[in-house]
Amino acid sequence: MTALAATDAAARIRQEFGLEPSVEAQSLTVTLPVDRWQAFGRFARETLGCRFFNFLTAIDWKEQGREVLCRADNLDARLTVLMRARVPDDRCSTLTGVWRGADWMERECYDMFGITFDGHPDHRRILLGDDWEGHPLRKDYAVDTPHTPYR
Amino acid sequence: MEVKPPVPQVPPPVWSEFKDLQEFEKYGQHRADDDKTSNTLASIADAIHHMPGGWIVTTSTDKIFNWARKSSIWPVTFGLACCAIEMMATFASRFDVERFGMVPWASPRHSDLMIVSGTVTIKMAPMLKRIYDQMPDPKWVVSMGSCANSGGPFRHGYHVVKGVDRVVPVDVYVPGCPPTPDSLMYGLLKLQEKVAEFQKTGAK
Repeated sequence: MTALAATDAAARIRQEFGLEPSVEAQSLTVTLPVDRWQAFGRFARETLGCRFFNFLTAIDWKEQGREVLCRADNLDARLTVLMRARVPDDRCSTLTGVWRGADWMERECYDMFGITFDGHPDHRRILLGDDWEGHPLRKDYAVDTPHTPYR
Repeated sequence: MEVKPPVPQVPPPVWSEFKDLQEFEKYGQHRADDDKTSNTLASIADAIHHMPGGWIVTTSTDKIFNWARKSSIWPVTFGLACCAIEMMATFASRFDVERFGMVPWASPRHSDLMIVSGTVTIKMAPMLKRIYDQMPDPKWVVSMGSCANSGGPFRHGYHVVKGVDRVVPVDVYVPGCPPTPDSLMYGLLKLQEKVAEFQKTGAK
C-alpha cells in the first residue's frame, strides 16, 4: 500500500473541493458546508482510502447552532480525516451509502441531538424508547423533563 | 408368623412431661440474652400455647405463617448492573444465603422477593414493573445499591429512574456502591424481621 501523506491528501481536498483543511501530523480536519457532506464522505472513502468509519456525532454550540462530526481513517496510510459541518436547520445528508457503519451512529445522533439525516434507510430512535420526547444531549434539554409514566 | 398391631403411643398426661418439650425448655433457660440465633425459636415458643393433657398446640396463624414466609424467601434474580455481581456472590457458596432458606429463582411466578440490584433506566422500568406484577402476593422488594435507592451517580442524568421506589414499593434499602455481600445479607436479615411482623394478607 502506497503511503499517502497528509499534505498530499490536503492538496487533493483543496483541488477537489476548494477547502483548506488543517493538517496536524497525519490527521486532517475539514470544515464543510453541509450540502457537500455526502460528496466529501464519498471522496474520503474512494479517493483518500478512508475505509474505516470511526465515529459520527454532533456538538451543540447553543445559540451558534449544532455541528455534525464524522471521523474516518485510512488504516494503511495511518491517515485520519475529521469532517465537520454546521447544520443550521438540523438536517444533514446521510453517509449510510458510503459507510454501512454510519447507520446506527446516525440513528444515535438523531436520538440524542435530533438531527435528521436525509436518505437514511431506517430513521428512528435507537437507544431511547420510541415514546421519548425531546433529545437529551441538546444543551437546552432540562434534566428533570418528566418522562412518560411507567406501565 | 403372627402380625401384631402397632401399639399406640400414649401421650404423656401432662404436656410438660413430653421429653422434647422438656429439652426445649431447658435449652431456652440456658440461652444467653444476646443469642440471636435462637430468636426464631423463642418467638415461636412465645406464640405457642399448649393444651394441658393433650397433643394439641395452638398459635396464631399470623405467627406461624410469617415464620414460614420468612424462612423460605425466594428472591427472583433481577440483576441489572455491577450490584448483580455482589448479589451472585451472596447467593454463592462463600456467603450462602441458602442457609436462610433463600433460593435464587429465575421465575417471578414462584418468588416472594425481588432484589433490584443495579441501575434502573427509564426504558427498563416497565419491564421491572411487569415482573413485579407477575410475582404472587405477598411480595417484597429489596432495593440494592445507590442506583436503585436514588439513582446514585446517575441521578442527574436523563435516562435513569431516580429511585426504584418510583416504580415499585420498596421494603428494604441497602446502601453502597455496590453493597458488599455482607451488606446485602444484613438487608435480607432485616427483611426477615420485617416479614416476621407482616400482619396482613394480600397486597400491601
